[in-house]
Amino acid sequence: MRKVFSKDEWLGNVRGDVLAGIVVALALIPEAIAFSIIAGVDPMVGLYASFSIAVVIAFVGGRPGMISGATGAMALLMTTLVAEHGLQYLLAATVLTGILQVLAGVFKLAKYMKFIPRSVMVGFVNALAILIFTSQLQHFVDETWVMFALVGLTLAIIYLLPLITKAVPSTLIAIIVVTALAIFMNFGVRTVGDMGELTRTLPMFLIPDIPLNFETLQIIFPYALALTVVGLLESLLTASIVDDATDTESDKNMESRGQGIANITTGFFGGMAGCAMIGQSVINVKSGGKGRLSSLVAGVVLMFLIIVLGNIVVQIPMAALAGVMIMVSIGTFDWSSLKTLHIVPKSDVAVMVVTVAVVVYTHDLSIGVLSGVVLSALFFAAKISKVKVMSLLVDGGDKRIYYIKGQLFFASVTEFLTKFDFSEEIKEVELDFTHAHLWDDSAAGALDKIEAKFEQHGTHVIKKGLNIESTELMDKIGGITKGADH
Amino acid sequence: MTKILLATDGSEHSKRALEKAIKLAKKSEQTTVDMIYAVDGSKSKSDVLQYGDTDTANYQRLKKLKALGEPLREAGVEANYHIVHGEPAKAIIAFANERDYDMVVIGSRGRSEVQKFLLGSVSHKLVKYVHAPVVVVK
Repeated sequence: MRKVFSKDEWLGNVRGDVLAGIVVALALIPEAIAFSIIAGVDPMVGLYASFSIAVVIAFVGGRPGMISGATGAMALLMTTLVAEHGLQYLLAATVLTGILQVLAGVFKLAKYMKFIPRSVMVGFVNALAILIFTSQLQHFVDETWVMFALVGLTLAIIYLLPLITKAVPSTLIAIIVVTALAIFMNFGVRTVGDMGELTRTLPMFLIPDIPLNFETLQIIFPYALALTVVGLLESLLTASIVDDATDTESDKNMESRGQGIANITTGFFGGMAGCAMIGQSVINVKSGGKGRLSSLVAGVVLMFLIIVLGNIVVQIPMAALAGVMIMVSIGTFDWSSLKTLHIVPKSDVAVMVVTVAVVVYTHDLSIGVLSGVVLSALFFAAKISKVKVMSLLVDGGDKRIYYIKGQLFFASVTEFLTKFDFSEEIKEVELDFTHAHLWDDSAAGALDKIEAKFEQHGTHVIKKGLNIESTELMDKIGGITKGADH
Repeated sequence: MTKILLATDGSEHSKRALEKAIKLAKKSEQTTVDMIYAVDGSKSKSDVLQYGDTDTANYQRLKKLKALGEPLREAGVEANYHIVHGEPAKAIIAFANERDYDMVVIGSRGRSEVQKFLLGSVSHKLVKYVHAPVVVVK
């Protein structure tokens, strides 16, 4: 395991990390507020979360240069819990999520990420993008043209300003311009302040105010489990992206554990569960951040700005936030996946589309991922369970050789058994397994069955070309089912 | 022996830069052309999603880069291939200045008008900060 206080990871890139950290802090504020609103809690809950997670992960994370905080993926999972049971249960679920993530780190579960196919991951980010977009639609209900105009203006500034200058983040300018416009023109549009309280104080240590009993656990455990899975999924995906962008390696198990510690801390300080953020991490790396310092600066500057500018922040119109969120959803969507849609295998496209559809329908990314994984496993089993059997009559019609090619396992044996003609009047059959592999007891059982059936007709069976593993498997469990038949 | 660095992003302009680099290489004996491709943060996101991890992504990028450099091999020019990570102009400038190149060749524009605007002109920055002479191909 790498050392946490590696001097190079902290002080190897001070200037780049500090500047990038400030840029990220500015970009984090509107997102943290908007994600709180999606989750149905006060803006402070998301802001505390982004502060606490960014600061803690700077020390205990496994991927320097990655930015974590309150995220849309996690916020979307909390909506029902908050609506039905309130904030205190969310905080408890956040702590439990952290504990589960620490366990995932300790037991080194990161390697099981490889069982999640890429088409599922693409479906995951695309579904996330769609949900962030649709979560903004509620802000347009019963609104006047002013709302639409302000959202349009926000987006126009975000996308057009970089054509002139990239010195300042265009998102920040868009928010400042739209907020100023709304205040001075007195439009009377809804603002962040209308969505909940924004206290300008540092977070405090509090134990979630809930009864500590089995019933509470029953309520929060399913949410915590979904949050754990989605949080680790997005964090480890982001870690791989930062690995690639900075051409360095990271410790995925340390990152899992770090995410857990960050969430435990956050839950006790009144913040909602969070994870790594792809968009912010890319902004950080592009702005020159790559060390642990960048995440620490992002968190501290975020909190500082809220304490200093809190009374201005509450006046940000919802229109500006909605505009930023639409930009976030466009940035989250993996557009290149649409471009390659016609070249990737049809089954991969189906998995991606099903993952997206399930998430959009259930509003639960973890269910979507599970469906995607199950569907790809089925597709894989279907593809690999095609076993080819060819046969040849030799020795003047006394002997038939069956050439078997493919993978023999539970999913392929049923079809495999139909390829033999057991009633043929011959003295001997030879089964050539040179191009086959026996994987499980279903395969061994099938082989026994074939032998038994041929021998019932008085046909002698010779097995040939079984590889070492397959032979060992037959030695271990073969003969059992055959014995049972007699 | 002459060493040329050719920056590419697979765009039409960089294909023309490649043709120019071949012509320049053919002018003297024993010229090697190093082709370089820079991966930026956004590309990292889509590539990691598509290929799963950075090793596979780099393998695929190198394969694509070698395919782009096919004309070099056909022309009998010795070629090497490099993938760098980071903000393209910065990464290519650092790579070029760390090594001793006689010349750096690059297309005048990136993959699209919009990207040229959004990312700033890579070729412009190269002209400014690379120590070796820079040829910008229109």
